This record gives sequence, C-alpha cells and structure tokens, in this order.
Amino acid sequence: MSEAEYDSIAHGHESGLGPISRRDFLKYTGGGIVVFFFAEGSWAAQRGLPTDFNAFLQVGEDGRVTCFTGKIEMGQGIITSLPQMLADELDVPVDSVDIVMGDTSLCPWDGGTHGSMSTRGFGPPLRKAAAEARQVLLELAAEKLDVPLERLQTKDGVVFDQAHAEKKATYAQLTQGKKIERQLKQEPHLKDVSEFKVMGKPRARTDARQKVTGQAQFAADIRAPGMAYAAILRPPAHGAKLRNADTSAAEKMAGVQVIRDNDLIAVLHEKPDMAEAALKEVKSDFDVPEAAVDDKTIFQHLLDVATGRGRESQTKGDVDAAAKQAKLTVEKTYYNSYVAHAPTETHSAFAKIENDTVTVWASTQAPFRLQEEIARALEVSPDKVRVITPFVGGGFGGKGRCIPAVEAARLAKLAKKPVQVVYSRAEEFFYDTFRPAAIVKVKSGLDDSGKFVFWDYGVYFAGDRGAACFYDVPNLRTTSYSETKPGMEAHLFATGAWRAPSNNTNTFGRESHVDMLAAEAKIDPVEFRLKNLTDERMIRVLKAAAEKFGWTPAKRPAAAGRGFGVACGIDSGTYVTTMAEVEVNKDTGEVQPKRVVCAMDQGITVNPEGQAMQIEGCITMGLGYALTEEVHFKGGDILDVNFGSYKLPRFSWLPEIETVLVENKELTPQGGGEPAVITMGAVIANAVFDATGARLFQLPMTGERIKEAISKSV
Amino acid sequence: MADNLSFTLNGKPVTLSVDGDRMLLWVVRTELGLTGTKFGCGKGFCGACTVLVDKKAVRSCHFPVKQAAGKEVMTIEGLAQNGTLHPLQEAFAEQDALQCGFCTPGMILGAYSFLLENPRPSRDDIIKAMEGHLCRCGAHKRIVQAIETAAKGMQGAK
Repeated sequence: MSEAEYDSIAHGHESGLGPISRRDFLKYTGGGIVVFFFAEGSWAAQRGLPTDFNAFLQVGEDGRVTCFTGKIEMGQGIITSLPQMLADELDVPVDSVDIVMGDTSLCPWDGGTHGSMSTRGFGPPLRKAAAEARQVLLELAAEKLDVPLERLQTKDGVVFDQAHAEKKATYAQLTQGKKIERQLKQEPHLKDVSEFKVMGKPRARTDARQKVTGQAQFAADIRAPGMAYAAILRPPAHGAKLRNADTSAAEKMAGVQVIRDNDLIAVLHEKPDMAEAALKEVKSDFDVPEAAVDDKTIFQHLLDVATGRGRESQTKGDVDAAAKQAKLTVEKTYYNSYVAHAPTETHSAFAKIENDTVTVWASTQAPFRLQEEIARALEVSPDKVRVITPFVGGGFGGKGRCIPAVEAARLAKLAKKPVQVVYSRAEEFFYDTFRPAAIVKVKSGLDDSGKFVFWDYGVYFAGDRGAACFYDVPNLRTTSYSETKPGMEAHLFATGAWRAPSNNTNTFGRESHVDMLAAEAKIDPVEFRLKNLTDERMIRVLKAAAEKFGWTPAKRPAAAGRGFGVACGIDSGTYVTTMAEVEVNKDTGEVQPKRVVCAMDQGITVNPEGQAMQIEGCITMGLGYALTEEVHFKGGDILDVNFGSYKLPRFSWLPEIETVLVENKELTPQGGGEPAVITMGAVIANAVFDATGARLFQLPMTGERIKEAISKSV
Repeated sequence: MADNLSFTLNGKPVTLSVDGDRMLLWVVRTELGLTGTKFGCGKGFCGACTVLVDKKAVRSCHFPVKQAAGKEVMTIEGLAQNGTLHPLQEAFAEQDALQCGFCTPGMILGAYSFLLENPRPSRDDIIKAMEGHLCRCGAHKRIVQAIETAAKGMQGAK
C-alpha cells in the first residue's frame, strides 16, 4: 500500500478516526485479499469491543503483503520478526512484507506492547491468518489455472502446478481486481518447524538503515509549520501543591507564550531551549509535604504499612509441620530498590489539531490507551484523536503511559498551534513509574541429603510474577503481600512494570536463598539445583548453561577475589539459566563482570539473531540493577535528575557474553525480550559470594555495600 | 542576542543569525532541521547528541554554537556519501549493533572521531573510547564488534 493510500484510510473512514472498522478498511484499501484475525486474551471482551479481529493482513494487488498491528517497535525487534513469521506461512519473500504499527487510525485496537506478548500472543494468530490467505490464493489459482487444488503448491509468492511447473500464477496476478475478505475462524494447518524457510534463520534488523543514517523518526523529531515547543512548570516533589506562580517575567520575553490551564502552566516558544530558558523566569511556590521516608528507610516503611494479609499463590503439603523436621534451616530477607526505566529517549510527543481532529505522535507502548486518555482530557470522542507511534527509543515497561502526549494535546488546543513536549532528563526520572522497592522473606529447610523439606516464601510489594517455586519441594507456600493498612500508601510516587515486572525481585530472592542453602549444605550450587529439580525443561537449560560455561563443581565460596555464580528462573513461558564469572576488588567492593553465559528455552525461535540480541541486552541492562541502579529520594523529592548519580551500565562493564538457545520445537514461541534479565541480580550476588565469601542481601550491590558485607563476613 | 555565524554543515556552507550562546544541539535540530542528532540528557552524560566539529566528537547539548563558527560541523546525516553508507554505518547495521536506535547516531559519530585518531584500536581502546556513551538497550557487545569491523573497513579509506 502506498503512503497516500494509508492517508486516505486514516483520514477517510466514515466514523471519523475511531478504531477502524472492517467496512472502513475494505472501502479504502485497494483490492486483494484481507484476512481479519484476533490475537490475545480477553481484554477486548472485557472492554466490550469486538472480539472477532484486532489485526489484519492484506495481500495487495501488487503482491505485496501488509500486516496491520497496534504493536509498536521500541528496540525489541518485532518489526523484523513478525514479518518473518508471516512470510513463512504465506510463502512470500520476507522483503515483500510491510508492517504498519501503532497507528490508531490504521490499525485495529490493541492492548499495548508489553509482557513479552508480541511474539507469544500475536505470533500464532498472525501465522494462522497468513495460512488462511495462502489457502485463498490456492483456491484462486485452482480456478484460474484450471488445476485441481491438491496439485498446487506455493513458493516465493507464486502458485504453481506440481505436475507442470510452467502452469503458475503470481500472488499479484491472482489478487488483481479481487476484493476478498476472510475472517480467521477455523484452525488452518500451520507449517511444521522443518518446513520453515524464514523463521528460525537469523535476519538483520529491517530498521537498521534508517537508524544508522539518522533518518529514523522518533516523536521529538516531528515538525510542522508554526509549531511551538513547551516547557512545563513541575512540582519540586511528588505530593507538592502549587501555592502560586508568577509568570509575568516570562510573559515579557520575546516570542514567549504562557499558557495556564488549571494545574498546567507552560511556556511556549518556537525554540525548545528558549522555552526552557523562559520557564526559569516563572516564579513558583509550592507546599511540599514533609519527607517521612527516603531510600534508606523505605524497607522498614514497606513492612510497617503492610497488613501482613497475603495471597497464597502456591501451596503444597504442610509447611509448618515440615519446618520442624528439617535438619538445616535458613531464614533470610532480601531487599530490592526502586529502579528507573531510563530509556535513552525521554517521553516525547507532538500534537496538532486540524479540522477538529487531534493527531498526536507519541513515544508510547500503548497507543490505543493513550488515544482514550487524550480524548478524555480534551473532552472529545476518541474517534477525533489519532495516535501515531513512530520509533520508540526504548520502553522497558516505562512507556505504558505518555503524559507529555496528553499535555501536548491540551496545549495545542489552548495555543491553537502544533505543540511539542519532550521530557528533560530530570522530568523523565521524576515521572518515571519505577520498578517498586520490594522485600522477599524466605524460610526454607533441607534434610540430611540436601533435599528440600520445606519452602516458605513471601514477597512484599513486588507482585508474584516469578515467585513460584519450581524446585521439587514436598511442603511449600508462596505468598504475595501487597495490601496496605487503611490510609497508608506503600509508595510515594508511581511504580509500574519494569522489564519482567516482579520477576527480577523474586528471582533475586529465590536464587540467592537457594545458593545459601547449597553453601550451608556444602554442596556445589549447580549440583544442589539438579538434585532438587524434577522439571525437565529446567534441568535441560541448567545443563546446557553448565556445559557452555564449563562449570566445575567446587566448594564455595572460594573467596579468591574471582567467583562463579549460577541462577535459574522462569518468565513469560521461557526457562532461563545464567552463569557468571566476576572479579571483585576487595578494597573498593567494585565488581568487574568477566563472563556471562545464558541458556534459554523459549520454544521455537523465530529470529535467532534477534533473540541473541535480546538476551545480550537483558544481561547488559541487568548488570545495572544488580550493581548500581537505585533511585535516590527524600520523601516525594526524586534526587536523581540525571546520569551523574543514577548510574547505568557502561562499556567497561561488558563481560564476554555467550548465549545458548536450547531447542524446543514442540512449543510455540514464548517470551523473548524479558526473561534473561530476571537472573542477573542473583547470578551476580552468587558470584560475588563465591569471590568474597560475603553474601549480599540488597540490590544494587554497590561497592559500598559489598565492602560492608566483606567487613562483616570476616 | 543574535550573531551572524557561518560554518559548514555536512559539507555545505550555512550562515545563521542566532544567539551564539545557544547550544549547537538545538540549533541543529530546530533552525537547521536535522533531527538525527538526539537529545538524551542535556548535560553531556549520555552521548546521544554527539556531532563532529572539525572531525572531533563534541557533545552538542553543551557546545555553544558560536564555537562552531568557521568550522566544519558534521551530523549523522552527513556521514553516508551519495547514499553509500560509511563502513561504521554498514557495520552497525549488519551486525545489529543497535536496538531502539536512539543512541546510535551519537555512538557512530563518537566511534568515527575515535577511529580517525586511532585507526588500529585494540578492543580495550574501543571500550575506553566509548565509555562516555550510554546505551540503555544493552547493545554494547555488538557495538564494540561493529567498531572493530569498521576499523578494518576504514583502513586505507578516509
């Protein structure tokens, strides 16, 4: 489809710009074959939306194939892997597949891009829709070529007669002048892994050229004549209330337009830096609540506000009785700090209003939710709001909301001109929905042979994704505590999903504890895990990692300044084992990761290269929350305003990284973008323990904390 | 206060009437309309805004535009020649040395400036040179590899 055609759909459909209907779509696209399909869960039914489709693909009259999806590309690579899945089922060259993403006027409703669901949830129906389209093409060819259906075969966008290969028709010839609509209902036959030509083969990113030449557009790169850049007055702390603001000095500055609308006070200028400078001239006074909690007292605060009434997600046997039988019992508490998403692209948006229609380009993981939020803020119907998602410069769960998009839309309306809002780095930290600070308490015991007798696990305020115990334990209880006492809040600012939410905290707690038990029982940690595992997938993944790593069973800790660690976990249907070698400077407490091996079973791998990339990214990013990343705050005042105090992983940290994809062709693709991050806290903690003999109970393991732990351990 | 400033931008002369104390980043992205240079932190911590001034990498978010007067400024848009990618761009694209791509223009220009000074770097040299560039997606491993590859490709070339 050409860009002009996209525009004609986007601007043309009768109901305005709401979620696109089937009729709209068929009216404005060229001909060809369109297959509507539905992907993912129950959200549509919950929202009273149609459940018959939320995506479609089109085989155009030119033979090109286009998939329309509300998913977005933020680095995870589905812009490359979804077309691979489609191409394989449809038997077309992967280069003839286009993908249109995250545009609320071109794509059907979608719940958002998160939870490692794009490949896992969206992939299977996409493949089925492609198989359905292929079936239609075969039927058309049977008629056109006058050949029985069963004699026909497809390859590279051509249907041919297996008996007489010269009898053939291209997809373009078959779709010419046709307008065929299909709804995916039955279960079409999907290809077996052995038939894959595109899936399972590495494919370089299709967005790479745009990204290396500076052509790739992000929300802050959108421009329009007459536009203004906004700088917005922000409170000094969460919970602060504006007492008064004097904008008179800013108003006198050349080219400055001041907008005041209830809580929104903004200065606009045609240059972004001038808007920023003008904001400094706004004098404001806020009531700031007294800071009762900071990053040092937060854990006590969390325990104080918790009711202690938990939700048991896993129970087996009699934990309390078994606890009395154990020969060796370890009880410990683990702490995990607030962590920022800190995408390199801060939240950004550009809004313009033309003919009563608001068009917003936004860095968001959930364009359709944003469309509704903007409609509410502007008091218009959602069909008057179009959200377009250009490339997103990293999300990691932090771009579920995009406040600047709502602000840009409000300001565009008030200022009567296109407006761009781009968070400064300080605003990005301030408004981030941090990974919540959380606590894990574990009490667990073994028998004489080093086998589990009981496991009693409680997680406070992280959530229970990844909390389940997958070791073979006869008596077990997993409880999640998130309820607070009346009138009390756990957090002073927003928290939310951070790459593999809950699971980083849970895997840190569980795998640190398992390691302690192994050390107490004087059993090598890999041997200990194998002894206590019956889950075949985990055993396979653990062994694959050990083989690649060259794990040698030993008495740990060696406390030689160099150490080895292991950690296992499950996330989004994917099994992970990570092994690491670190060097610890005992004087400074600083850790140098030397080597990390990660083995993963995620079912069928669609793009091995893309998958390896995601694992490497998880490992490198995970080193941050393991070693340095924590949000510093005093009450609602977020003290981190830039990367000077909030320390991200750097090139010098880079270990040698090796990935092993453990083959599992029986299972459809599982999560790929998140799982390998979950083990990073524990694997480094366990390696630090081996290197120094000191056990770290709190993330991040800063040099100071490691030094302190070493001094306590001797 | 507006000053008349002239410099070359990606090989072409430009003259601007602009307050010389403003940062090059904003002038490039706004007046000059080239958005490949990214805002990441505004304080020189992240490297997303890296451009070349007389072939030396600078953080354009805190580089006053008057300091570019009479000099050669190159942004990411000026690196490919007549549609042919520079070996660094080739290597970044071919080796998947990026994910979200937001830090990529700065990474590439940072590496370019470094390779001009040190055409035969060791892996450690590369790591040291790139230390001030942040990549949140964690593409570091492939970025180092791509720079190694490009270094070989650039030898003999300009």
